[in-house]
Amino acid sequence: MADVIKKATRESYGEALAELSAEYPDMVVLDADLAAATKTGTFKKAAPDRFFDCGIAEANMMGVAAGIATTGRKVFASSFAMFAAGRAFEIVRNAIGYPHLNVNIGATHAGISVGEDGATHQCNEDIALMRTIPGMTIISPSDDIEAKAAVRAALEFDGPCYLRFGRLAVPVINDVPDYKFELGKGVTLRDGNDVTIVATGLMVYKAVEAADALKAEGINARVINIHTIKPLDRELIIKAAKETGAIVTAEEATVIGGLGSAVAETVTEECPVPVLKLGINDVFGHSGPAVDLLEEFGLTSANIAAFAKKAIGLKK
Amino acid sequence: MDETLRKDLEKKACKVRMGVIEGVYNAKSGHPGGSLSICDILTYLYFARMHVDPKNPKMEDRDRLVLSKGHCAPALYSVLAQRGFFDPEELKKLRHIGAMLQGHPDMKHIPGVDMSSGSLGQGISAACGIALSGKISSSSYKVYCVLGDGEIEEGQVWEAAMFAAHYKLDNLVAVVDNNGLQIDGKITDVMSPMPIDKKFESFGWYVITVDAHDFDALERAFDEAEKISGKPVAIIQKSVKGKGVSFMENQVGWHGKAPNEEEYKSAMAELQKTYDSLNAE
Repeated sequence: MADVIKKATRESYGEALAELSAEYPDMVVLDADLAAATKTGTFKKAAPDRFFDCGIAEANMMGVAAGIATTGRKVFASSFAMFAAGRAFEIVRNAIGYPHLNVNIGATHAGISVGEDGATHQCNEDIALMRTIPGMTIISPSDDIEAKAAVRAALEFDGPCYLRFGRLAVPVINDVPDYKFELGKGVTLRDGNDVTIVATGLMVYKAVEAADALKAEGINARVINIHTIKPLDRELIIKAAKETGAIVTAEEATVIGGLGSAVAETVTEECPVPVLKLGINDVFGHSGPAVDLLEEFGLTSANIAAFAKKAIGLKK
Repeated sequence: MDETLRKDLEKKACKVRMGVIEGVYNAKSGHPGGSLSICDILTYLYFARMHVDPKNPKMEDRDRLVLSKGHCAPALYSVLAQRGFFDPEELKKLRHIGAMLQGHPDMKHIPGVDMSSGSLGQGISAACGIALSGKISSSSYKVYCVLGDGEIEEGQVWEAAMFAAHYKLDNLVAVVDNNGLQIDGKITDVMSPMPIDKKFESFGWYVITVDAHDFDALERAFDEAEKISGKPVAIIQKSVKGKGVSFMENQVGWHGKAPNEEEYKSAMAELQKTYDSLNAE
């Protein structure tokens, strides 16, 4: 594993913005005094006259982004997930979501892998919050390549978009020649008919690891990478439910209202099968190194594999 | 101000007030008090100041107005209807199921509405965004934002106030409708935002205080605002809540209540009388 390249998706976000700055001379990026951490500072270096710091005032920043969008200008507004989706929720709902404005929200430091900063900054609720806003697109990329593709897709897409990035460096897994990012389309990374693992964000590579481990035990697990949580690729999920009869979801977010909920809601409507949700189990996090926290809160490939076996056992 | 223009604006504002009463009465709900206090300023802006075209409501270089005190949508709707953005008959369907005119401004469906608003404190941020975007592209348009004096109790307003001064948004004029009343009573009793002028000044704004119901004074204020460069302008307009309908004037109870049939008739009769006397002059 020594040759595996690791990179935090927040880095990819900053680099993608900088790369796109020349192609989109009108686009602007806003941040709320976190440019060094969200990596929008990379864009600031490339296009200083189109970067606007809003100071520590996320509510105003979201409103400013909305106003900019009404003029037809492309805009990204960045902060930590806690403040972008949490603190500014009502502004995102009313000033961006309700008028369906073309604002891209670049939320970094999502999930428990924020690490040492602890519970106040570990936003596990953002997916659930953003899912409740009508017309909001939610993208949660799994690695550097997908994150960069997602930034471009969001920029080219017309409508409010929430992009979820992480602080922790994660393995690059999409470094394949035929890689293609399609908004709203899940990606099947492993085929199998015994069980399906539906994962998002940094849990995707762990899902692949789990599938490989299961394979050694004679269990063929399908792995689906859901980078677009909303709108969900219903077709792919229903097909998996029908063909494999059991589903495990894996996300670095609360199990209440996130990817797991979205998948469960979908299959119960069309093809009810057991859905076991792996995520943060209705608790707050705490301080500690990100890798240790992921272990402690059960967000591991071993746990995904255990959930998969349990799900298979629940099949009728 | 030219005498003919002033007369004309006074008559138009009276018609706008009748539209407010018509709308709120038919909706059986809504906010007549604060709507009536901003009828003159909106009439002045849409008929004498703003570069807008009712036939082309999305015109790129148009001046924009964000009604941050979005609950006073009846006044905005009434002035937009008078200005020809849509049929005044729509006012009778205000807040009805299937109607175009929502309880609060909806930019997606109402011609002439530049920003959806209603959740207090948010419109001023959007106005800052519109102004900033205009600055980036060196556009000529101006951005006007109308806030309530109770609304400025929202912290987001002051985040926006900081932002506008920091980025020297001199294409932005915020009007604070200082009628002195909010739902729970006098603003000074509920949560005093006073002194409003000093607050904006200390946030780096150029401040003008004006009588909200004097078109000559309004013109002077906006002429003065036009000359300011390098900072945003706040116009504190001293207004009368419920202005133009005597039994609603300065009555906090008319903040968010619709008139019954008798009150409706009485209000419309009074406004008609005002209109007729303006016409006779």
